[in-house]
Amino acid sequence: MPPKTLFEKIWDAHVVHHEPGQDAILYVDLHLVHEVTSPQAFDGLRLSGRKVRRPDLTVVTVDHNVPTSDRSLPIADEISRRQIEAMQRNAREFGLPFYDITSPDQGIVHIIGPQLGYTQPGMVIVCGDSHTSTHGAFGAIAIGVGTSQVEHVLAAQCLAQAQLKTMELRVNGALPRGVAAKDLILGIIGRIGVDGARGYAVEYTGAAIRALSMEGRMTVCNMSIEAGARIGMIAPDETTFQYLNGRRYAPKGAAWDQALARWRRLPSDPGAVYDRLVEIDATNMEPYVTWGTNPGMVAPVTGKVPTLASFDSATEREAVGRALEYMALKPGTPIREIALDRVFIGSCTNSRIEDLRAAAAVAKGQRVNPKVYAMVVPGSTAIKLQAEAEGLDRIFKEAGFDWREAGCSMCLGMNPDILKPGERCAATSNRNFEGRQGKGGRTHLVSPPMAAAAAIAGHFVDIRDWK
Amino acid sequence: MQPFTAVTGIVAPLDRANVDTDSICPAQFLKRIERTGYADTLFHSWRLLPDGSPNPAFELNAPRYQGASILVTGRNFGCGSSREHAVWALHDHGYRAIIALGFAEIFHKNCFENGLCPVHLPEERVAEIMARAKSTPGYRLTVDLERCEVSDGQGIRLPFVTHLDPKTHAFRRHCLLKGLDEIGLTLQHEDKIVAYERRRGDSVVNVL
Repeated sequence: MPPKTLFEKIWDAHVVHHEPGQDAILYVDLHLVHEVTSPQAFDGLRLSGRKVRRPDLTVVTVDHNVPTSDRSLPIADEISRRQIEAMQRNAREFGLPFYDITSPDQGIVHIIGPQLGYTQPGMVIVCGDSHTSTHGAFGAIAIGVGTSQVEHVLAAQCLAQAQLKTMELRVNGALPRGVAAKDLILGIIGRIGVDGARGYAVEYTGAAIRALSMEGRMTVCNMSIEAGARIGMIAPDETTFQYLNGRRYAPKGAAWDQALARWRRLPSDPGAVYDRLVEIDATNMEPYVTWGTNPGMVAPVTGKVPTLASFDSATEREAVGRALEYMALKPGTPIREIALDRVFIGSCTNSRIEDLRAAAAVAKGQRVNPKVYAMVVPGSTAIKLQAEAEGLDRIFKEAGFDWREAGCSMCLGMNPDILKPGERCAATSNRNFEGRQGKGGRTHLVSPPMAAAAAIAGHFVDIRDWK
Repeated sequence: MQPFTAVTGIVAPLDRANVDTDSICPAQFLKRIERTGYADTLFHSWRLLPDGSPNPAFELNAPRYQGASILVTGRNFGCGSSREHAVWALHDHGYRAIIALGFAEIFHKNCFENGLCPVHLPEERVAEIMARAKSTPGYRLTVDLERCEVSDGQGIRLPFVTHLDPKTHAFRRHCLLKGLDEIGLTLQHEDKIVAYERRRGDSVVNVL
């Protein structure tokens, strides 16, 4: 047998049928569903008289649109409330496991999958959300899809998928002190561009990736889509197994031992061939801040807002000019002089317990700058409770941060947590698109410690200099 | 799935790279649970000023582009969020074909699911169409999927593909022309799905 990559092993094991020249039909082990991209899919099922084929392989929650204020109150926005009620109705009608808004296991779909042990190595995982790539951190093929394909997976438990090319993104060396997983992925996107990995399933390899915690690996895989790749993955190892062991839906006892034996065979074989290799040196990574309106528009915190002349093509200069106008930034401004109105710590990129600990370590004993309104939104209710048990909520609250209920919140501005026009925000989320956090809002993407430090200083600071 | 065979209509030029789906259909419109009615959400933040009046600075608001059914644009169109609402908004607004220097993958797949024809052409050809759409008032094209040809009756006659992989192009073209129900296609293989499920077991992921 020729040597295979991690991706090829999982792909081959899930092909139900592949007619030459057509899309492969892949079996889906886990289908994650949320309220925003599914109502039209359930309507489609009803119209065609189809059922959910495998409710037992489907997991449902509400995250995108839920308020992060007091959960005992009714949802004020009527259209939001209707969407959440539709999710409740659909989960009930089709008999699906559902973590509703008041459940202790509710949370961002990409947070609760791993947290509850649903997400496991070797799986094909689908969700109607582009950040499904997060789950690839466990050595799974995790693919984001649109609503029509959500309906497809609900009905058939299969995904029709064209073959993808493979890319090895090898990160050599060790990340310097003060440089987070978030900085690594921002640095990568800055180098390869927002469509640099389009058409590829990316496998992150190398010493710097091996050294990351599961939380860090999820942050990296999460933002694969920001480089154009629907799939980002990392081969499972002892870090992965340790994270999974004992989680509610992870295998137990003899089944665990059997699973471990299977999972240990997943990493790419020696000599396995990728379609493309990209090598990155971790040792010259720095804390990064985005200055523009896509995640590839990024500079080291020690750097400056770029000048138009530093870009080669007219198209790029035009795009940068438009971005700087939207962001109200002057070329040449030092990043550290950019003052902030808002800080958002949260999202499927950076709202896990490790992220909250890192931000709290910076915030401890400090005060949020009086000009800044800063909020912390844990990724799940369980993370919120854990953080409270560790006393992190007290650290944040004493420093003047607003401590909220779990959800996607201001990452995408669907619920009441939005920027006002012109407001400038340091965010630990994944997208700095125009209007992403609210119409006219200006977003700078950073790591959790950088966001916490910016909240206190009122402008960006180099976390490596933080006292 | 809605079929697409051909469209002839006004070409609207959106000369930008990396147009994301948040810009195509902003998040505040994703709370709706219907599949139609997204026409007014299209490019909402660009099209309209804060007071709700049309933004004269947005290129597609020019009177000559009203009623356009073909969009020509730059690299990586439809990047970001997987929201199919972006395709629904384009379709509801009257667009039937998008000519781009490249499409983000999830958006690209969503186009096929909704009878919106994605058109790949070489870079210099896209530039030529972009220039004509900007300089010639009322500039029209025909995108014909039967013949896989883009033409303007004024010298432009170009073969195109809907997907850069020739086999996938052929398959997707076939599905789009016929408006095939992809779920139905997959469920034709019910016997194979059942056989896979038997091999796979109930809850264990049977890899390798």
